[in-house]
Amino acid sequence: MPNSMTVDSEPVTLIAPDGTTTDEARYRRELAPETLCWLYEMMVITRDLDAEFVNLQRQGELGLFASCRGQEAAQIGAAAAVRKTDWLFPQYRELGVLLLRGIALPALAAVWRGSWHGGPGFTAKRCAPIAIPIGTHALHAVGAAMAAQRLGEDSVTVAFIGDGATSTGDVHEALNFASVYHAPCVFFVQNNQWAISVPVSRQLAGPSIAHRAVGYGIPGVRVDGNDALACYTVMTEAAARARHGRGPTLIEAVTYRLGAHTTSDDPTRYRSAEELQRWAALDPIPRYAAYLRHVGLLGDRLEHRVAAHSARMRRQLRQVVLGAGDPDVGELFDTTYAEITPTLAEQRRQLQAELAKEA
Amino acid sequence: MTQIVERPAGTPEPSDPILTAVPVKPNLTMVQAINRALHDAMAADERVLVFGEDVARLGGVFRVTEGLAETFGEQRCFDTPLAESAIVGIAVGLALRGLVPVPEIQFDGFSYPAFDQIASHLAKYRMRSHGDIDMPVTVRIPSFGGIGAVEHHSESTEAYWLHTAGLKVVVPSTPSDAYWLLRHAIASADPVIFLEPKRRYWSRETVDTATAAPPIGRAVIRRAGSDVTVLTYGGLVGTALHAAELAAARLGWKVEVVDLRSLNPLDFETVAASVAKTGRAVVMHEGPRTLGFGAELAARIQEELFYDLEAPVLRATGFDTPYPPARLEKLWLPGPDRLLDCIEKSLERP
Repeated sequence: MPNSMTVDSEPVTLIAPDGTTTDEARYRRELAPETLCWLYEMMVITRDLDAEFVNLQRQGELGLFASCRGQEAAQIGAAAAVRKTDWLFPQYRELGVLLLRGIALPALAAVWRGSWHGGPGFTAKRCAPIAIPIGTHALHAVGAAMAAQRLGEDSVTVAFIGDGATSTGDVHEALNFASVYHAPCVFFVQNNQWAISVPVSRQLAGPSIAHRAVGYGIPGVRVDGNDALACYTVMTEAAARARHGRGPTLIEAVTYRLGAHTTSDDPTRYRSAEELQRWAALDPIPRYAAYLRHVGLLGDRLEHRVAAHSARMRRQLRQVVLGAGDPDVGELFDTTYAEITPTLAEQRRQLQAELAKEA
Repeated sequence: MTQIVERPAGTPEPSDPILTAVPVKPNLTMVQAINRALHDAMAADERVLVFGEDVARLGGVFRVTEGLAETFGEQRCFDTPLAESAIVGIAVGLALRGLVPVPEIQFDGFSYPAFDQIASHLAKYRMRSHGDIDMPVTVRIPSFGGIGAVEHHSESTEAYWLHTAGLKVVVPSTPSDAYWLLRHAIASADPVIFLEPKRRYWSRETVDTATAAPPIGRAVIRRAGSDVTVLTYGGLVGTALHAAELAAARLGWKVEVVDLRSLNPLDFETVAASVAKTGRAVVMHEGPRTLGFGAELAARIQEELFYDLEAPVLRATGFDTPYPPARLEKLWLPGPDRLLDCIEKSLERP
């Protein structure tokens, strides 16, 4: 149980980079074998679909994509640790989170293809649409957590933000509101070291992002973001705290963005090959695979099953993207207000007339 | 009992609150009318929440929210930390989960820190969720000048919100309209920016809380006339009516005054019918002239009614400077004289 007035700089690590278990004494969690295997399966699928998204962008099928390669353990570990009745508030790099929550591939692809903004259909899965203006959605997570308090639910909300977002005023306001109202909200920061080209050292001068929790009087936890088991465990505890009325937690998952910021970015302009190699050696997926082999859960059978599932998902993604038509432009007018305004109805007629002339 | 229904049939439950207030016709100031509307909306629908700076313990700096925390408890009317972006940001999250937030931004000039949450999220959430999510948020903002306030307390912000698709923008001019437009706003499935004219906060009239006033999206002709149409809203409706009386008494001009009430959705039908009748229009608003709502109205009138016009559409507005210090505001604000100058100029044309 972390003390809210001190934060340990040493990240919680349950699986060492070589796949062996650590002697971490603060957290210990025995997971069911099927849960352990599920985490692995979802991490591999995330990695593979992420690569497919990048390919599809390179082939001109998607306008842009923000790869989460390297952050699969943080995303899958955190998202797997909460209930389906809990609400997730993703930023835009949360492919793993969205896949784990069961967001359908057409909805996932829509944003990157430029077919629709945000997240059509996301909320049916208790997941907010993706939020691109950095940090702003942390306040929505707090508001939704305050709603849960008033609705008498025991659900929690999770704000997925990055290291850059912790510099914004909205994230400060969100942490402050959440702590003042004891809102059942977990702030899960993926510190992937870079906000496009700006290193985390330029985002804060304090000892760590997690240390900021002290000022809010809430627990701050640093966790090894490349250790799926540690992320799962730390998130499980934070969610339980929130669920039991003990308020928010700030989690800093220390990880690394192995890919570019987006497909439009060239990271060689701002970070060294040496740094990339150093972090590539800490890749969360081989580490977790080694752990599963170590505990006797990963053999040929699971490998084949996961590979087949992943290949099937990749094919589906390609089919979804290549077969996607454009949305009806009328939906733009129909979804601006619950009931179209007279002015907008007139503009809609104008566009219809333009289209009729072209036809 | 009057039912407020703004939600089209078939959209997912909630709203449609049934009024449970005892039908009475109290004599109320605008502050009291707004307070009554909040009270009645909270009593009718337990999903309605009121929050902001100083709204609970103090009852609001203008006492608009007086008694709500005592009556409905601190879960439903609560003070927030001093952070406007968060006040709107949590409203988005609360609405996402089906509640009906009515946040207060204490003064117009302090809505700017919340601009990102309003423009990037509140206004866009319905579209971004492909129509799945209602945003029944009413952001109340004590607004406009004329009360001798310090800097940042007299701003006209409507043009910003009117340029933001997805928002409704409502400005009441009387206690009765303040009551009813706020009830309609709280019942709306879309976000409403509710701009309260501070200078009319202490105006008083009999408010019929049993008979609903026209809904959002409908303008009202406050004074009929055949010579020229004055289009205005909020605190300046009273100013325009006063000027119209003067003009009638001293000069025999028959000035029609249209109270727009709702700037988006705009009741252009009422505007067009009036301007078609008089052939002349003057728009009046406090905010700076350039790209103020008068610019939009003038553009639309000439687009749709060019051949009905006897004179150019003129604008009686504030100037393109920052809002002045209190001792200069009477010179800066459009008053009866500036309006009558415009009307005279309009009537001079053949």
